[in-house]
Amino acid sequence: MKLLVIAEHNHKALAAATLNTITATAALAQAQASHPSAPQALELHVLVAGHQAEQAARQAAQCQGVHQVWLADGPAHAEPLAEALAAQALHLIHTLDPALASDTSAGGKSDGLRAVVLPSSTMGKNLAPRLAAMLDVAAISDITKVISHDTFERPIYAGNVVATVQSIDPVLVVTARTTAFQAVASSVTPATVTAVEAVAPASLSRFVSQELSKSERPELGSAKVVVSGGRALGSAEQYQAVLTPLADKLGAALGASRAAVDAGYAPNDYQVGQTGKVVAPNLYIAIGMSGAIQHLAGMKDSKVIVAINKDPDAPIFQVADYGLVADLFEVVPQLTEKI
Amino acid sequence: MKVLVTVKRVVDYNVKVRIAPDGSDVDIANVKMSMNPFDEIAVEEAVRLKEQGKVTEIIAVTCGTAASQDVLRTAFAMGADRGILVTSEATLQPLGVAKILQALITREAPDLVLMGKQAIDDDCNQTGQMLAGLLSRPQATFASKVDLQANEALVTREVDGGLQTIAVQLPAIVTADLRLNEPRYVTLPNIMKAKKKEIETIEAGSLGVDVTPRLHQLKVAEPAGRAAGVKLSTVDELIEKLKNEAKVI
Repeated sequence: MKLLVIAEHNHKALAAATLNTITATAALAQAQASHPSAPQALELHVLVAGHQAEQAARQAAQCQGVHQVWLADGPAHAEPLAEALAAQALHLIHTLDPALASDTSAGGKSDGLRAVVLPSSTMGKNLAPRLAAMLDVAAISDITKVISHDTFERPIYAGNVVATVQSIDPVLVVTARTTAFQAVASSVTPATVTAVEAVAPASLSRFVSQELSKSERPELGSAKVVVSGGRALGSAEQYQAVLTPLADKLGAALGASRAAVDAGYAPNDYQVGQTGKVVAPNLYIAIGMSGAIQHLAGMKDSKVIVAINKDPDAPIFQVADYGLVADLFEVVPQLTEKI
Repeated sequence: MKVLVTVKRVVDYNVKVRIAPDGSDVDIANVKMSMNPFDEIAVEEAVRLKEQGKVTEIIAVTCGTAASQDVLRTAFAMGADRGILVTSEATLQPLGVAKILQALITREAPDLVLMGKQAIDDDCNQTGQMLAGLLSRPQATFASKVDLQANEALVTREVDGGLQTIAVQLPAIVTADLRLNEPRYVTLPNIMKAKKKEIETIEAGSLGVDVTPRLHQLKVAEPAGRAAGVKLSTVDELIEKLKNEAKVI
């Protein structure tokens, strides 16, 4: 039985989220093994579709538990477009499990494909449902726990409810919430990297441009410390002036509430919450934000939460381990100086 | 140019849902229901495109029970021209909804499909991508800007690292993110006019698509709670706690 991870990467290296996704897939493989009709062999495969992405493929091969890495290298995958990636993934799936090519209900056989797993990042969320529909199966979004070979936990209603869902599909298409799974360790004996033909479907979409936030800071999704600001910061200038020195001192990533992003204080990719990024750092410092449930959905699994807000009744204090009812413009510079 | 926009009736975003006593699902009896906020953004975008003269007709589609007429009326009050309600007794999941939409699109042949990127009840974030996959058409998810041209749409997408702009050939499926626009408030005269617009009701079974749920919800539960901690009065106290108690700095 085969499980396939579709790697997110920047051609040179795997995205941190891919490492967590491999762990989630290993947990799913283990759940297949403990099922009564357990298959003889379980294989974890990884697809790296990119352009001059051999380095990323080699890194995937060095992850513990990976049996085989498939590298689809070509200009069609220079930018991660859903149409090309879905066609590429389907092509590989049909190679791994030829029965699926003629009959989408033929999956899940003991020597066939059981699952496709992607990170619950914008890349994974964009691709997984498209691929699932092409396989005529459900997509299971944002799993936080593998319960058994076909059953998962996932958050609904902005994380206020945890649903346990069981799939009846022969092939599972899953996105894994990366903060719910550890990063995979590296292995001493690397897996084989095999090249596969890069499949480029008739171009339905093309990449035009991108504006990526450039930062020397750790990535928001995997940072150990996050300094996050809300509307009370008042302007983009004050957001930078107040939060940056503290983040620099702590080696932290910067985050923001939706209100702060909507007001233009911080770029969109800083947003933490139900529809933004989900983070679970060791330390989350929430500064000048009220704590709307949509925001709490994105940070309440942090190990330690500090809230700084003038309003003693702000909902953020209900989830904070340490609260400071104070004017942020006074205490944040003090904190930066003394910490 | 014709636009099809999809709307879902969900628990209002201000409501904190409760779990039913038997733990099988959330209890939505007597709870305020509204149009999914992301769908409102999709409708607003369609209406703006019509106001710019780029779009001639807006068809709003919803799937659910008769109660889902509400969100079609809201879409009408915002500016949609006509509505389709697809009724189903069975619970509809994203794949089933995508198949229903695929059948409607074959009939209506819109140039553009605008949808919310996710519904705030099940938080799936799937239907638009599934529809694009079923139709073998391009998708532009998480849109924060849509520039509609004759044969393609230039769409700026909110991605993890920042913003990405792609061009998708029409017909295409575009899903709206939060910052695409700010939906208008509906006015009373428009609500009155909305009552006169036509809703076509179609039974899902008559479309000949398989909408059988593929996932069974076994139970729902509250997530592990987080108790409120302590309120401190000085920065020194906070630093002391972080260093010696929490040991995170």
